[in-house]
Parts: sequence; C-alpha cells; structure tokens
Amino acid sequence: MLEVDDVSVALGGTTVVSHVSARVPHGAWLGVVGPNGAGKSTLLRAVVGLVRYEGHIRLGGREYGPGELRARACAVAYVPQRPLLPRSMNVTDYVLLGRSAHHSYLGPETARDLSVTAGVLERLELSRLARRALGELSGGEQQRAVLARALVQEAPVLVMDEPTTSLDIGHAQLVLELADQLRRDNGLSVLCSLHDLTVAAQFADDLLVLSGGRAALLGKPAEVLTEANVKRFFGASVEVLPGLAGPVVSPIRHASSLEVTRAT
Amino acid sequence: MTLTARPGLDRAGTPHLRKAEAALPGRELFPTRLRAWHIAAGVLFLLCSLLASVLVGPYHLPPAQVLAALASKIPLLHVRSGLGALGNADVWQIRAPSAVLGGLVGAMLAVAGASYQGVFANPLADPYLLGVAAGAGLGATVAIVYGPAAWASSLSPLPIAAFVGAVAAVAATFTLGRSRNGPRSPASLVLAGVAVAAFFTAVQTFIAQRQNSGDLEVVYNWILGGLSTAGWAPVELIAPYVAVSAAVLLACRRLLDALSVGDEEASSFGVHADRARLVVVVAATLGTAAAVSVSGLIGFVGIIVPHTIRLLAGPSYRRIIPLSLLFGAGFLVLANLAAGAVLSPEQIPLGVVTAFLGAPFFLVVLRQSRRMG
Repeated sequence: MLEVDDVSVALGGTTVVSHVSARVPHGAWLGVVGPNGAGKSTLLRAVVGLVRYEGHIRLGGREYGPGELRARACAVAYVPQRPLLPRSMNVTDYVLLGRSAHHSYLGPETARDLSVTAGVLERLELSRLARRALGELSGGEQQRAVLARALVQEAPVLVMDEPTTSLDIGHAQLVLELADQLRRDNGLSVLCSLHDLTVAAQFADDLLVLSGGRAALLGKPAEVLTEANVKRFFGASVEVLPGLAGPVVSPIRHASSLEVTRAT
Repeated sequence: MTLTARPGLDRAGTPHLRKAEAALPGRELFPTRLRAWHIAAGVLFLLCSLLASVLVGPYHLPPAQVLAALASKIPLLHVRSGLGALGNADVWQIRAPSAVLGGLVGAMLAVAGASYQGVFANPLADPYLLGVAAGAGLGATVAIVYGPAAWASSLSPLPIAAFVGAVAAVAATFTLGRSRNGPRSPASLVLAGVAVAAFFTAVQTFIAQRQNSGDLEVVYNWILGGLSTAGWAPVELIAPYVAVSAAVLLACRRLLDALSVGDEEASSFGVHADRARLVVVVAATLGTAAAVSVSGLIGFVGIIVPHTIRLLAGPSYRRIIPLSLLFGAGFLVLANLAAGAVLSPEQIPLGVVTAFLGAPFFLVVLRQSRRMG
C-alpha cells in the first residue's frame, strides 16, 4: 500500500511537483503519465526517498525519514529510467546488490539472500545468464536484470520510471507483462510512469495525469484518456479507439502535413 | 516458468514474497567471493618478495647465513645465526625494516588506489588524487629547509611534517569541494584536489627555489621516493595508520561494488552512498598520507596493482581490495629490490622505478577506458 499525501518537491528553488495526492492499494497498478517536464520522474524519486519533499509519503502505513534508507529499501523498490549498469559486473553480483538492506551493512550476503536471489533469477528467466557480465547482455536482458535487482528487495511497493524507454516493442511488452504478473502473484503495489498512453492504459488500474507538477486528473484509463484530455494536457491531436485491454490512443497527423505529403 | 515466489499475506496483512528459501536453489548461485587460493597466492607472493628483499643487499652476505639469522628469530626453532654483529645489524636494522616498510607502503598505496577508483568511478584515480602528494611535498620541503640540520641524522621530523602537509592539503580539498547546496560530489572533490595540489606545489617550488643546492638535493631525493631506513622507527610510525586504514577499506569493499551503480541507485537499495564515500576517502587518504610521509612520492603503485588484479581476478572490489593489499605490498618490495640491484651499489630512486613501469601501464589503462567509454 502506497499513500502519497499532498506531496510537493522543489529542485533548485523551482517547484517541480506541487501538492500531489494519490493512493495505490495492494496489488494495484497506478500509471503516471504526463508531458515532458510534468514532474513524473521527480514524483517517483520522492516516493523512493531520493529527493526531499514536503507532505507525506506512507509505505505500508509508515513514513520514512531521509536517513532511513535501509528500512525504506525494504518497503519500496525502484527501477530507474536509465539505470547505470557496471558493464563488467556479473548478473548475480548485480542482482544481489538489491539485498543490501537485508543483511548487515558491511557483512556478506546470507543464505537467505542467495536463495531469494536465485528464486527471482529463475522467475525472470535469468538463471542461465547468472554468470554473464551485464555488458554482454541484450537490452531486454539488462532490463530484466534491473527488475530482478528491484524484486529481490522483497518490497511490497514497486516503483518503475519509464521501464521500457530503451526497449523495442517486444521486449517492452515482455518486461511489462512480467511486472504485471509479479504484481498479481505477489500483491505488489505498482507505481509506473510511461510515455506511451496506450500501453499505460493497458496495464494500469488507474492513471494519474501530471501537468506542470500538479495532479491534473486521476481516474480509470477510459475516463482519463479522452481526445479532449490528451489535446489539453499533451497538446496532441489523437483518436481514442476502444481496445481489448483499454483505450488505444492513436495520433492523428496534422491535415497540413497530410496535404503536403499527398501533393508530392 | 517455475514460480518460486507466490503471493501471501503476513500477520499484519502485508503481501510478501513467500519465504521458501529451503525450496530455492540458492546454492547454485556463485556470487563473487574472495577464495582461499586468492589469499594463499597473495601471501606466497608477499613472503617470497620479503625473503628476496632480505637475502639481497648492497653488501654481500651468504644467503644460507641470512636464512639462519631469520630462522633464529622464530620461537621454538633453535637455530643459531651464522652472521657476525655487522651482518646481523645489516639484516635486522637495514634489510628487514626496509622490506617491511616497503610492504606497508606498497599495500597502502595499492589499496588506496583501488578505493579511489571505486569511489570516484574513475579507473585512472590514484592515491594522490586529492592533493596528498603536493601537501606532503610542501611539508617535507618546509621541514628540510627550515628544520635544524641535526634533524637529518636523528629521528627526523620530516615524516611528521609531510604527514601534516598531506592532511592539511586534503582538509583544504574537502572544504573547497563541498557543494553549496548539498554533499560533495565526486567531480567537485576532484576539481578541488587539482586546485589545492597546484597551489601547494607552487608554494613548495617557491620555497625550494630560494634555497641552496644542498637543501634542494634533499628535497628532490625525498620527492623521488625511497625506502632506505636504518631501524624500525618509520615502520612503527606508519604501521598503526596503515592497519586502521586497511581495516576500514577492507570492511567497505562490498560498498565499493554497490557504489558502481551510482549514488542514486545505491541509495534506492539502502546504501548511504555519500557516507560510504566519505569513510572510504578519509581512510584511504590518511593511510596514504602516513605512507608518503616516510617513503616520499612513489607513483603508479595505486594504478598498476589494482588494474592487474582487476584483469586477473575480475571487477569486484571484494577481491580487488584484499588482493591489492597483499600484491601491492609484494610489488613495492620487489620494485625496491630492483631499484637497488639495477645499478648496484647505487640506488635508483624508487619513484623512478615505479614510474618506468607505471607510465606505460597508465597509457594501456587509458586506452582501455577510452575504448569502453
């Protein structure tokens, strides 16, 4: 359970997130969408405790102070937008870093750390790559390794910031399906920002639209993703079609460019 | 797909991954660990280096008698030293302390280099990055130029002055490297280190240039580095610093691996990145300042040794830190042996030997990091 209550974030004197409130129950997926610079990543980083914020963020009903990194890491796990991958580190060592909050600060991993990690590697079909260096993996495999590192934290809240940015459509689908399955299996609360509105609508129970750092809309994908709302908040002309798993947002090419194309 | 983690609720109603470790194949995982044979190889290399260093010296002593002299100090082993008073003095007051001093300094410089490379995520970072060398150089110059002449023969205040200079330079780096709105970033620390080093070097050059050629020679001999010692005083002086510093860095070796994913990600899984960096940098710097204060400026050890280990034993600091201690110690003892043997009985400055080996090595590392970057 994640509760964001009247949260504001200022970076370098500029307010980036302003009075945002949201709630993600057990096993629910809240998608965060919005135009570039709307404050999506900053809100997610605030939830993970990576930026200072005003307001309240409760994870499992508890608030964590800025110094409580270890306790917070047991309550929320994070998949960053552009993870920094040490190319020569092997997959096992990398994923085990996610267990840092579970064993003594300076000590080695315990047998339980190893068994949880082995379980997650197997779950994400990474066992055969366990000894490979991260630099030798494909983009999709690397992203699964990052997800594995977050999952071994065994945190009930999973925060993912554009987890499919560097992936092709097939790998993007694979990673999101996997996260969705884990959410269902393990009752994770998922907070995930995505640029692709159609994909966001397919996976999220609710969508939060951020605009200029404020929560502009919060509701079911079908209610939020209307042609008028997309035009208003993204400045995009789109056609919203009913899809099997949620609304499909299809961009409409401007008439003037269409005419130019046809004329040539 | 085998499902190894299924939903469940604990007593508080919080969902969690089922704790079914007994059923999970944890034993099949092979995380990078330091193996016993790694340590055995390092210890063997160090012991062989120390032995070679004690057996060879500018004045010839029969190796069998030197070995007997060494064995005579082992308790319960009733062996009589075959050496006379002069030979015994050579072994126990010159060769042995020089070898041990070389081991301590080499271990410290190598492990500090590895640690700096970890915390600054820069393969070319060395133990002198934050102005230690320039500060120690200024301290030593002040002691040589302004200290009473009698100091040169008795227990010299030179190491103390060098140590004070090194610590002052690093303190200045830390003060200047602090960002206005938050913790020190690696880049601002390194830039502050460059500025402080330039300033301290300028002051040192100014003082040295105004002195007579005798003082200048002493200053430059110190800067070029060496381990020539008569007696155990320098060893006793730096051993506590090296021991504490090495212990702290050994304890932090897993954190150095965690820092390789960047501060923000490390924080997200519970590692206090800025605290870890501060502890590692302070420990590495204090140890380096102590080592430099008795050995002068010996370059490249902190680059050659960690990178060779990285090449042979992999990129994990769990191996690099402890192995840098052992192999760094052995490496500098052997380099010192080479410095004495190449133009025997003349001694080449040790810093010159390590630079001869290190400069080409540095270029190889630079080319590799360019290729990777």
